[in-house]
Amino acid sequence: MVTAPDNDISDIKVDSVGDFTFPERNKFDSGFGITEKTVDFIADVKNDPDWIREFRHKALKVFQDKPMPTHWATKDLENIKFDEFRYYLSDGQKPKRSWDDVPDDVKKTFDRLGIPEQERKFLAGVEAQYDSEAAYSNIKAAVAEQGVIFVNSTEGLHKHPEIFRKWFGKVIPTGDNKFSALNSAVFSGGSFIYVPPGVKVKHPLQAYFRINSEQFGQFERTLIIADEGAEVMYMEGCTAPKFETATLHSAVVELVAMKGAKIQYVTVQNWSSNVFNLVTKRGIAHEDAEVRWIDCNIGSRLTMKYPGVIMKGKRARGEVISIALANSGQHQDTGAKMVHAADDTTSNVISKSISIGQGRSTYRGLVHIPKHLKGCKNNTECDALLINSNSHTDTYPAISVRGNQHSTQHEASVSQVSADQIFYLMQRGLTEAEAMSLSVNGFINDLVKEFPMEYSVELKRLIDLEMEGSVG
Amino acid sequence: MSATLAPAHKHTPAPVSQDSDTPAPSGLEITVPVRDEKSAPGWFLARSEAAWAEFQTLPMPGIKDENWRYSSSKKIELADHKPANAPTAANTAAALAATEGLKERAARFVFVNDVLIESETASLPAGVVCVTFADALRDHSDVLKEHFMQREMTLGSAKFAALHLAHVKAGAVIIVPKNVAIEKPVEIFHWVVGDHAAIFPHTLIVTGDNAEVSVVDHYRSLNGEGGLSIAIADLVGGRGSKITYAACQELADDAQALHLSSIVAGRDAAIKSFQVQLGASFSRSESVSDLIGEGSRSDMLSVSLPIGEQVVDQRTLQNHKAPHASSDLLYKNALYGKSRSIFSGLITVDEGAHYTDAYQTCRNLLNSDEAEATSLPGLEISADQVKCSHGATSGPISDEELFYLKARGISDSESRKLIIEGFLAGVIERFGNGELLDTLVARIDEKLERAV
Repeated sequence: MVTAPDNDISDIKVDSVGDFTFPERNKFDSGFGITEKTVDFIADVKNDPDWIREFRHKALKVFQDKPMPTHWATKDLENIKFDEFRYYLSDGQKPKRSWDDVPDDVKKTFDRLGIPEQERKFLAGVEAQYDSEAAYSNIKAAVAEQGVIFVNSTEGLHKHPEIFRKWFGKVIPTGDNKFSALNSAVFSGGSFIYVPPGVKVKHPLQAYFRINSEQFGQFERTLIIADEGAEVMYMEGCTAPKFETATLHSAVVELVAMKGAKIQYVTVQNWSSNVFNLVTKRGIAHEDAEVRWIDCNIGSRLTMKYPGVIMKGKRARGEVISIALANSGQHQDTGAKMVHAADDTTSNVISKSISIGQGRSTYRGLVHIPKHLKGCKNNTECDALLINSNSHTDTYPAISVRGNQHSTQHEASVSQVSADQIFYLMQRGLTEAEAMSLSVNGFINDLVKEFPMEYSVELKRLIDLEMEGSVG
Repeated sequence: MSATLAPAHKHTPAPVSQDSDTPAPSGLEITVPVRDEKSAPGWFLARSEAAWAEFQTLPMPGIKDENWRYSSSKKIELADHKPANAPTAANTAAALAATEGLKERAARFVFVNDVLIESETASLPAGVVCVTFADALRDHSDVLKEHFMQREMTLGSAKFAALHLAHVKAGAVIIVPKNVAIEKPVEIFHWVVGDHAAIFPHTLIVTGDNAEVSVVDHYRSLNGEGGLSIAIADLVGGRGSKITYAACQELADDAQALHLSSIVAGRDAAIKSFQVQLGASFSRSESVSDLIGEGSRSDMLSVSLPIGEQVVDQRTLQNHKAPHASSDLLYKNALYGKSRSIFSGLITVDEGAHYTDAYQTCRNLLNSDEAEATSLPGLEISADQVKCSHGATSGPISDEELFYLKARGISDSESRKLIIEGFLAGVIERFGNGELLDTLVARIDEKLERAV
């Protein structure tokens, strides 16, 4: 999937897919720190309508007023210095429709990450975001003809206000948490997707997020609406080079599945290990609708992400399938939030985490079944695998059930790859590292199957890379 | 000691607060503990005095406190309660008449409002110390100094623990020397009587190497009046010793109960602790097991049957500090009416505590449309070769179980009763005392009659 090393970037190792950078050539730079001026700067550059400008200012106030949630979350959050980030960077160009028009260094970036190849192969549309703005955005003609809208959030806001405004900020209110407020104040980029009633998009739509600049914060905002009976699968990938200083990525993703619709959202997160990845993701599932989050976290320094589903209509279904891999210096704090708000709704959470070296993986979950509902079901399973003796894992679920017409079950286990297992494989000629890698892949195998083929191959390869040197 | 601690307004009417939202402090918030300086050693008086100061300094745990998530510290109404008055002769007689304990017992203490009214310790093996807390302060000060409330209260009730230490005067201290086994249980009754009376019972159990002992605490209300019990149990298991401990709380419907237990298991020690919550409008238990010795084991069990608007709040910690230790927690709640249960448990496995086996299970049976069960099972693992799991389930009685019984001609209500009895009795059985099992199943039956 990775293209041959380019002359411009000569000493790239195969094991560092995203770790390279190009010189910045930003026309618009909001400067360091976040104030009302920053917000106005972004609103001016993006030519925001007044209601969005107002929305941003209100959000900034909420962001400034909210304390860091360190009473339950890790103290590492205190190491985020909001004054040392730049909140908006772009070269002032419009997203390109043709790959040939994309500037060379940006093109090389995404070439290296294998984006256009994937598009040719099996995607219905691609959007590639470089720092704050989309560099490339394309949707196959056949899909566009069905009335599917796939553009970046700025374009969605300007060209389709009647759909955009109705749902924007409705699934995740500004004040949901400190970082959703921050995103609401300075958001830029991200996708806006609308799938008309009954349209089933056969191939996945994809977005790729790339941070190229140092001391920068990326705040994309994605809104996906699947109208009655529609189906869509969306995939996102993310990388960043490893800079000397920390980088912040704080996205807000809102999904709306109308009656009978189905949305699948796949993430493979492979940020470099100094990115703070603090993301709020939530979907609303109306009657008979289904929202599935398939989430894989391999990179970043600290990820805090708890994809949620609000099952608002009868028989709605929510699912979170999550794989997290935490290596030394990483903390994957992931989980799921399932809010049952109608009768006969069902939710399923399956989470598997692997801690390598001194890595720490955490599962945090919430299942809420309020009163006066009946026939709600939840199943939660979270399994953790510890590779080394100094690896960490935590599990903190919260399950609240009211009434006698529901059933929930939660199970969690922590285990190691057993010596017997390794011995068995080594006896058959595998090295210890190979045996370990095979065992780990076996541990997550049933979840990897949920990812599209190309992603699951990539996933296995990334996991193998992370496992290198952890044994022996 | 108390005079110097008294706030200036102690004997004057409480000042009228400017802000109507925050009423002036009253009751236990400002009632200075009274201690007789001759009755206790200096170190104890100093700690008790310091605890009173600490109680006044510490804030009430707020809604943002993770240890009080889904619950509220305001449910323990300190302002409304006062330390219990000494019992009248009529109280004493009534309490003695109502104390129907185990027939097979090694010793028994009966307290009313923190005052000893009966002591029966004649049949204990030689060398065993089984005395009231007050006597232990006089005669076994060194043991108390070493083990009494030595563990930090990490599960949210540090303020209430400080209040307990400031007021504590009743309870039992049981010290079992090396290689001595007490076969029958030691039973302790704590009665509370009087409107909004508060008691502070303490139980301290210390076992020497390979010693064995079983202790049962009962907390009950005499006249069905609301009261408050803030009880603490310290269990310290020496090498290879066995302790079984039960705390049975059957206070009146509008009483409030807090039970904090701290378990320390030394090398190869096996400690079994059991919480029974049947009474009180709000009952909270905090149980911490510190597994500090290699090969130690802690079994933590609990049953509750909240009905009406009762709230049962359970917080647990299984703290693995040594390798090859095991812990197993099983909490079961059967809920009726508008009752609520909150279970929050954590297993921590420290670095170096390899080969740990730790399990945690919470099961909630919801029997009404408005009952609510919240489970917060947690794990924090930092060691290798660990077997750890937790499970939490919440749901109604399964249709198959019900069908099986009804197909055999048993009525719906009777079937449900049987299933719930079986559900709870499964935990009580693990405690391993047949007589206690029968007694508790009878109490559960009585409560089930009220629930349905």
